[in-house]
Amino acid sequence: MEKFAPVKRSEDGQPVRYLIVDDSVFARKNLARMVETFGGQVIGEAGNGVSAISEYERLTPDIVLMDITMPQMEGIEAAEKIVRDHPSARIVMVSSVGYQENIVAALQRGARHFVQKPVKPEVLYEVIKYVMRDDGTAARGAGAGA
Amino acid sequence: MRMDLIQPFINSADAVLAQGLESPISIENLSMEEEAYRRKGVAAEVCLTGEIEGRIIFDVDLGTALQLASRLAGVEVSETDEELVSEAVCELANQIIGNSVTTLNDQGFHFRVHPPTLHTSEQGSKSSEDTEALVMCFKTSSGNVFMNVALRYYRRQALGHAAVAG
Repeated sequence: MEKFAPVKRSEDGQPVRYLIVDDSVFARKNLARMVETFGGQVIGEAGNGVSAISEYERLTPDIVLMDITMPQMEGIEAAEKIVRDHPSARIVMVSSVGYQENIVAALQRGARHFVQKPVKPEVLYEVIKYVMRDDGTAARGAGAGA
Repeated sequence: MRMDLIQPFINSADAVLAQGLESPISIENLSMEEEAYRRKGVAAEVCLTGEIEGRIIFDVDLGTALQLASRLAGVEVSETDEELVSEAVCELANQIIGNSVTTLNDQGFHFRVHPPTLHTSEQGSKSSEDTEALVMCFKTSSGNVFMNVALRYYRRQALGHAAVAG
């Protein structure tokens, strides 16, 4: 898999810490591999919205990558609940279902961005940099595939 | 069956498979299925409810499933990694169907998509007059991929039922 200039937390230069939420183990593994190529660290995983909320409370990750269609509690509802208690939470929705209404609903409920599956690493990388903005740094002049 | 409901599935399978496998895809066969559905190997089923109701079964033989899983995971996947193989097929189904659902919703059809489940029974229900099943076979570099689509369109009524995000 392609390597990217690492995105680090600007406050302490440490890797960005991710919580990956998807009901598919396969999808979680793929996303984990991807964020590792961005220099990120996966600190937790969850398979539904309910676990996502408890894992967020426990781990306070820098970024949550959240699927939408999941059993028990869907991603948009989980994102809303997390953001209600943690307004600074950075949640990126990652779903194959990317119609306008869904995207708008996710953003209105506090998600910071939306990436449609199948995920292209260069797209997710740019989204991560955008979502981290002032709180994250990538090596100077770095871009996708750098 | 309404072709405007089917076309997004064809386009999406083409795009997602071509991107995932990094090779061109061709449609080998397209047919209406009257007999009960018979599973070919590892199969994932996704159900839709709302203005469009029905199910889509995404089905590949074991050899193809192994190749698809290895290709998508970026590591060699063997027959013993049964869970990973099934997960890979479910995720591929989720991506193809999710992308089709996106197109259909943006065209104004409102319905809910449910998470994919592994389809384990050997046989599925027969299609009926109002729920015809269309079987598509896509030829890929990893083998043939079958998609069995059985959908029913409910004419939109002024019920005011809100679109449900999938």
